[in-house]
Amino acid sequence: MRYLPKSPAERQQMLSAIGVSSIDELFAPIPAQFRLTRDLAIPAQMAESEIVDWFRARSNENATGYDILLGAGAYNHYRPLVIDSLISRGEWFTAYTPYQPEIAQGTLQAIFEFQTMICELTGMEVANASMYDGSTGAAEAVMMAIRITGRSEAILARSVHPEYREVIATYAKYQGLPLTEVAFTNNGRVDLAALDAAINTQTACVLIQSPNFFGTIEDVAAIAEVVHAKGALLVVSIAEALSLGIVRPPSEADIVSLEAQSFGVPLSYGGPYAGVIATREKFIRQIPGRLVGQTTDRNGKRGFVLTLSTREQHIRREKATSNICTNQALVALMVNIYMDVYGRVGLKELAEQNLAKAAYARNTLGEKAKILFDGAPRFNEFVIQTREDAYEISHRLASKNKIIGGFPLRKFYPELGNAAVWCATELTSRAAIDAAASEVNL
Amino acid sequence: MSNADITKVTTNISQNEGLIFEHSSPGKKAYRLRALDVPEVDAAAELGSALRTESAALPEVSEVEIIRHFTRLSTWNYAVDHGMYPLGSCTMKYNPRVNEAVARLDGIAGAHPYQPEQSSQGTLRIMKALADQLIEITGMDAITLQPAAGAHGELTGILLMRAYLESKGNARKKVLIPDSAHGTNPATAAMVGYQVENLRSNENGMVDLAALEAQMNEDVAGLMLTNPNTLGIFEEQIAQIAEILHRKGGLLYMDGANMNALVAKARPGDFGVDMMHLNLHKTFSTPHGGGGPGSGPVACKAHLEPFLPKPIVVESADGRLRLDYDRLQSIGRVRAFFGNFGMHVRALAYIMANGPDGLCQTTEDAVLNANYLRKKLEGTFDLPYSTPTMHEVVFSDKFQAKLGIKTGDIAKRLIDYGFHPYTVSFPMVVHGALMIEPTESEPLEELDLFVDAMKSIAQEAIDSPELIKNAPYFTRLSRLDETAAARKPILRWKPERK
Repeated sequence: MRYLPKSPAERQQMLSAIGVSSIDELFAPIPAQFRLTRDLAIPAQMAESEIVDWFRARSNENATGYDILLGAGAYNHYRPLVIDSLISRGEWFTAYTPYQPEIAQGTLQAIFEFQTMICELTGMEVANASMYDGSTGAAEAVMMAIRITGRSEAILARSVHPEYREVIATYAKYQGLPLTEVAFTNNGRVDLAALDAAINTQTACVLIQSPNFFGTIEDVAAIAEVVHAKGALLVVSIAEALSLGIVRPPSEADIVSLEAQSFGVPLSYGGPYAGVIATREKFIRQIPGRLVGQTTDRNGKRGFVLTLSTREQHIRREKATSNICTNQALVALMVNIYMDVYGRVGLKELAEQNLAKAAYARNTLGEKAKILFDGAPRFNEFVIQTREDAYEISHRLASKNKIIGGFPLRKFYPELGNAAVWCATELTSRAAIDAAASEVNL
Repeated sequence: MSNADITKVTTNISQNEGLIFEHSSPGKKAYRLRALDVPEVDAAAELGSALRTESAALPEVSEVEIIRHFTRLSTWNYAVDHGMYPLGSCTMKYNPRVNEAVARLDGIAGAHPYQPEQSSQGTLRIMKALADQLIEITGMDAITLQPAAGAHGELTGILLMRAYLESKGNARKKVLIPDSAHGTNPATAAMVGYQVENLRSNENGMVDLAALEAQMNEDVAGLMLTNPNTLGIFEEQIAQIAEILHRKGGLLYMDGANMNALVAKARPGDFGVDMMHLNLHKTFSTPHGGGGPGSGPVACKAHLEPFLPKPIVVESADGRLRLDYDRLQSIGRVRAFFGNFGMHVRALAYIMANGPDGLCQTTEDAVLNANYLRKKLEGTFDLPYSTPTMHEVVFSDKFQAKLGIKTGDIAKRLIDYGFHPYTVSFPMVVHGALMIEPTESEPLEELDLFVDAMKSIAQEAIDSPELIKNAPYFTRLSRLDETAAARKPILRWKPERK
């Protein structure tokens, strides 16, 4: 086996040194009746070239080279080549959690930079080293709000990504946390009156998403006012991080849960991505996950370490803020590199291009279908309603035009009928938008 | 011994490098956008009061500075590619390059999770193939690939436990967890609303059957057991353990963190485990990435299958694959989309490269390496449990502590010898633990260098303990002040006030 660095003679030499006559003796602790006496029924060893061929065939069975007019929580943005060039260095991807800071300063400093950039983007004071993704990050943010307030209920906007809400429901189910949902109005935004009525003295937090699942940008300041007036916390989930290049950050929020996939992370059929929780400094001891802090070494030199670990499971066990142990360090590194490539000016310009493409797509498709939720601002997504079934359109676009069309909303929002949420990014060509529009019928 | 006697490493030029923000200067850039092929829009008019008025203060740097910055930083890390990384229970094995190559193929890395099933047959086939092979490897009946990490797998597993018991009419109150368990186990049980009850180990480092018998009752939902446990010891009485639980209606959850000791040698499904998680980033060679992403599939027996998270991939009679969401008893979702799919790709590539004989040899070599180290270091370091060990060995600092040298000090000194330290002070059942897991990836030469280094440090503890207490010497930084970092946390960079 090509990954194993030993000759038969060396194995024999080691067995002799240990003082056993065969390898089987080392497996004696496993009771005989449980020792596998046959080969595993899996395919035989393959050459590297065969493995590449097999995966290339799978890759070709998938949509390749399609135009993607679909977002809904996973966004198709250009990935600068320096990202994969850098993260392919073994020093990055074959290291582990930086437990020994003397030989992990690279990872630690990169995370510290990442935390700083997330604060700058979101308008928050502190950010953690990352969470699994936006959905689990949102669930952890809700649990964090419950710890902070000592209250036990949470309200989720119905315009939050449906799968995020499902994940939160799973996390909440056995922790005695009743969840309720609050409706959206016909401009796609949270219904403020309904929200005001829904919050009670046991409401720990209200979770909204902005831009929300329909692409609509919420009036965060107005929502915060309602939420804070009743002593609850506002948690803002952001699935399309690039919106922050041009959309006002949710600085009135108490906790921001960001999915950073848009920043240089491959779509990769839904993961790995990177969530991150950002919040106010005063809530720092309730934040889940890893945190990197600055310190000095014994010679007074600046350096970085994992810090505030008394919140975490390896110290606190069942009293920890979360059971989370890993973060998404390598993905956070991609995000860091991406933000360096575009920087202060580029992120804004890129966001402006997204805004322009989506406006063109909305207008073009809007000539052939009804635009929903038109009364509020949006970033790079919009909802159109058609007479034809949204799945039919999607299948036709895929097979005929090599276009991945909008996400049909019927499954999660039956009241919206044949509606779908579409997305245009800097990678969406005018030609693709025109082609998609030609397949949508009034 | 002195620093001059160390032969594995030598000092080298190491570039200094500030924070990326410290390179920023207005006007520098590392990108060029395409010309816009649609009309420009007035952002202020589009967004109104939602317009961002002040750009985020991200760095403004050029491409070459980015390359140098992250290349310099990278050289400050120790990695598996440098040498042995014997962190116990972390299974820091070699990360094959073909895994990385296939995960980056266009149709795989570029696949949108919501593209139609007709356009996703390739990605679904990868998930199905991995699921089938992991089921065979674990001896279980069904699996979910959705959990994003080991701890996330634990959460999924205990949710399954709870959902199953609830369907039987009583979710029960407590979960038993051995004192040697990883901290994620109790934290997980708490997240599923269970009280944690500690289960003590016997003098052999295994579950105390009498204690289990006494503690097991109708209030106990089940046991979370790592096998081999964190001492590297296979729970020989696993069948009896399962029997005690099952007799009173409880379930046996296996933490598969140490599955690298068992693959192709024994299957948890054959020895009474009801459900378990696997760490693809440990046993199945997906890279640790500086702390993640991981992936933690959960395999289970048929009686738990109805409760698995949705969706699962199913094959129709005509060979087409589809996602099945129609699962009434499912615990729901634990993550959006389908989990860390990119890690599924890598794990499958690893299994294909190995085949049944490669996986078997891999496990044998992992156990061989650990036992070789145990034999060579026994006597130099205290071995608190003489029970045979599998893929990892746990020593204590008992001999050295008498000289004022603790496990953490030995670890720091090991850095000077060119190794990443072992896991320090864990498991907690061993005072001053040194938890060593070499994995199969180490050549004999590297193992011998490690033995030499450990023996040399043990000698230094006798001859010159101060040398150890001030280690490491060869690193950029030494003994960072973690207390100060926690007392007055600085968690982000801020520009210096002029």
